[in-house]
Order: sequence, then C-alpha cells, then structure tokens
Amino acid sequence: MMSNDHILNPETMPQSPEKATLEGKNKFLGLWFFLGGETVLFASLFGTYLSLKNSTAGGPTSEELFGLELVFIMTIMLLTSSLTSVYAMYHMKNNDFKKMQLWLGITGLLGIGFLAMEIYEFAHYITEYGFTFRSSAFGSAFYTLVGFHGGHVTFGILWLITLMIRNAKRGLNLYNAPKFNTFSLYWHFIDVVWVFVFTVVYLMGKVG
Amino acid sequence: MENTNTNKITEYQKQRNKEEMKKQLISFALMIVVTLIAFTIVATGVMEKMFAIPVLLILALIQVAFQYYYFMHMKDKGHEMPSIMIYGGAWAAILTIAGLAVITWW
Repeated sequence: MMSNDHILNPETMPQSPEKATLEGKNKFLGLWFFLGGETVLFASLFGTYLSLKNSTAGGPTSEELFGLELVFIMTIMLLTSSLTSVYAMYHMKNNDFKKMQLWLGITGLLGIGFLAMEIYEFAHYITEYGFTFRSSAFGSAFYTLVGFHGGHVTFGILWLITLMIRNAKRGLNLYNAPKFNTFSLYWHFIDVVWVFVFTVVYLMGKVG
Repeated sequence: MENTNTNKITEYQKQRNKEEMKKQLISFALMIVVTLIAFTIVATGVMEKMFAIPVLLILALIQVAFQYYYFMHMKDKGHEMPSIMIYGGAWAAILTIAGLAVITWW
C-alpha cells in the first residue's frame, strides 16, 4: 500500500479521478453491467405486478388504496437526493473532499426520509386496510415490487454510511474516488426504478 | 511545473465542471416539471384512461432519459459499454414484460 502512495495521491489529480486507474475503470464497467442485470430483475417484478394487479380477492383495489400526496413527496425527495449525489460527484471532480462528504450526507438523509415514509405507508395499509402480503395476489405483487425497491434504498444507505465512515480520514484519492462514483451511479439507478414505480404502480393504479 | 505540492485542479477543468453542473441543474428542473405534469394528469383526471396511460409512460421515459444521459453521464464519451448494457437490459426487460403480458391476457 505504501509503495503505491504516489499513484493513489498524485500531485495533480486527473480530470476524472474515478476512471484514472484500471481498478476504477473496471468498477465503472462492472457497475453498469450490474445495472443492466438489475433492469431485467425489476422488469420481471413489474411484469408480475401488472399481471396480478387486478387479482384483489375481494380486498381493496389499487384505486381505493393509494393516495397521491405521500407518493408525490417521496418522489420529490428521491429525485432531490439524486441531484445531491450529482453535487457530491461535482465536488469529487474538483477534488473537494469535505464538500463531497457533506453532499453525500445530505443524499443519505434524504434517502432515510424516503425510507421512513415508505415504512409509514406500508404500516398504514396494513393497519387501516388490513392489506398485507398475504391478502391477495395483488398484495403479494405490490409488496414484492415496492419492497424490493425499498430494499435497494436500504442497501444504498448502508453502503453510503460505510463508505463515508471508512474513508472519513483518508481524504480523496484515486483508490476511493471510484468507490464514491460507483455508489453515485447505483443511487441514480434507484431513482430510475422509482420513476417507473410511481408511474406504473401509483399513477396508473389511480387511473384504473 | 506549477502545482507541485497540492492536488489542485486547473481553472479550465473547474470551469468545465461548472458548465456540466449547470446542465445537470437544468435537467433536474425539467425532471421536476415532468413529474408535476404526470401527477397533475392523474390528480385532476383531465385525461381518459386510454390516453393517460401512454402519456404517463412517455413522461416516465423522458425523465429516465435525463437521469441516464445527464445525471449518469451516458451522453459523455467512453460510455459505449454502459449504453450496450443498459439498452441490452432494457431489451430483455421489454421481452420479460411482453412475455408475462402474453401468458396473462392472450
């Protein structure tokens, strides 16, 4: 590790520190490969949801269940957290570690806020409507799809906290810049999935 | 050589990063607008179901394109492989959803 120090902490940071090393290039390609696979995973969950959406077994339908206010706030929160992680990468490219950490922190807080509202939403459906995973095929498909997205948010938050704490004293270098960039791409992808969740599940569910 | 003892970024790079950030801020504003239109269509019920669903899906695709091309830099050079992977994934995704739709409603 010591012998590589001059590579990891160069005297002038390159323009794209996240892709300056072979490790960084590989992480970059690897994450995009992963996102391609995730696309198919979520497609199968969306397809299942669309197929089972009307199988309510006498329970509440999507039109009776969903409200738009909470989903709208959740959407804005996640979209804003996507922008704040763009800001974090902006400061990474300017080699400003403190500001990058600050914006990553804001991203994490917005993510936690989103997650809290999702948990509230699920709790509301369960206690007020008795709408659970076992209520109907619609219930199973709904909680699997939206819950899987929520699981991705949870994983992202844990990943971010680990990254921020682990690298807090290291500062920015060519070893950890790819790690931050990889997280940021993953976090954008979570927002991509959410765009389809709020469109297909909530908005189309409200239309009928 | 200047900048021998600090990890300074050149003014030129800083300026370029700033311009990129500006574009990303504009995309964010447009994404908010697209989101507002989508929610307004559903909240006010101005559109028939038959029109509303395709319009909502198109709005979602617009927003996702901004996310991929601006926030995730897919418009930049060196993103040929990422594009192949995402479009490949999207192709398999369409087939998956089409397949499930066929066995459900055929």
